[in-house]
Amino acid sequence: MPKIKIPKHSPSIDMTPMVDLAFLLVTFFMLAANFRTDEPVTVETPSSISDIIIPDNVLLVTIDKGGRVFMNLSDAEARKEMLQSMSAKYKIALSEKQVEAFSFMQSFGCTMQELPGYINMSGEERKQYETKGIPLDSTNNQLKDWIFYGNIAALNSGKTKYEDAKLNGQEPDINDFKPKFTLKVDGKALYVHAQNVINVFRDLKLNNLNFITSLEQAPN
Amino acid sequence: MAEIAEGGGGHDKGGKKRPKKGSTRVDMTPMVDLAFLLLTFFVLTSTFSKPKVMSLVYPAKPEPDQIIEEAPKVNNGITFLVTEDKIFYYTGQYYAANSPGPDGPTQLIETDFGPNGVRKVLADLNKYVLQKKEGLDEQIKKKQIQDSTYKRKMIEFQTDTKALKALIKTDDKATCKNFIDLIDELKIANVGVIAPVDILASELELLKSKL
Repeated sequence: MPKIKIPKHSPSIDMTPMVDLAFLLVTFFMLAANFRTDEPVTVETPSSISDIIIPDNVLLVTIDKGGRVFMNLSDAEARKEMLQSMSAKYKIALSEKQVEAFSFMQSFGCTMQELPGYINMSGEERKQYETKGIPLDSTNNQLKDWIFYGNIAALNSGKTKYEDAKLNGQEPDINDFKPKFTLKVDGKALYVHAQNVINVFRDLKLNNLNFITSLEQAPN
Repeated sequence: MAEIAEGGGGHDKGGKKRPKKGSTRVDMTPMVDLAFLLLTFFVLTSTFSKPKVMSLVYPAKPEPDQIIEEAPKVNNGITFLVTEDKIFYYTGQYYAANSPGPDGPTQLIETDFGPNGVRKVLADLNKYVLQKKEGLDEQIKKKQIQDSTYKRKMIEFQTDTKALKALIKTDDKATCKNFIDLIDELKIANVGVIAPVDILASELELLKSKL
């Protein structure tokens, strides 16, 4: 019996459509991505049906599972101003370089005394760093000062942005530029820890707070 | 590799030497590798949605020189006592054991976060707002009212004396998840007035006796 000859085809596949698709997706993700910020602690937020997107100008206080408190300001300029006010109040001198480095940092959670050392660390070292969070007990309420100066700094930077928007011929709403106070709490953290932070806000007459939550489907 | 160049070299025809015709196909494998590498990188590092926030207005702290009057009487109030993964409530005024009201001292009722728990309780108690909301939804569907009117009316209904008002009290074992879950349920039930307040000592004891 004669052998049936299978014609020898090249095993090549046309990969062009696949490449097209791959690059399309790459482009999409590149443009759509806002990068995950490197936070010192991972916090699992509870979910809610609220669908209000986090505003631009925020003062964020993070509370982790153990009740440690971290703080962040979204605006880099405001963060610099806040740090300068704080270093003047606590008489802790910081070099220009350190202030610059601080403006690029994410949430921080250490005492004012530890801060210069903390700023000098590299990103990896900061992650390893054992911290107790920002102190907020009545004898040493540093969080209150951070929030107080943070609020002033964020208000100022918001005002500048408002003026800029006005110059550009838009009709901005001043309320959109005012800092919003957000709390990012871990679901497993005890509420008393959050309450302590909330009381600091309330002492400063900042009663309108926002909780960061992950989105969940509303029933029916 | 995925591609094998085939029939690239031209045959000699008529003895004339022609320049070798190279294959026009390019091996795309490295490019594909790179593309997918980038793709994986972006997929993993990007956070897609901006986080959502739930806003909550806390009652202002009284001024130090302000004389604290008697606790204001709340119409249509419901008070939640939250502890670790458990939740109790009572409606109306609080009557301590030593000063019972018309129906005796306040009794706590236990409920849970399930669909037949808090949600049902709130839907029953907040019927007034929910019914009004249905009417407004209907109107907005027929485009009789604008979004801004809807919002304004909603706030009006929620702060009406007939609307339910909620007080939340937590003990020292409640977690943030319990608290936020409860706020979430209140928002689902369209309760407009939500006030997290400090727990009274007698309430705490009442709560402890229930656990």
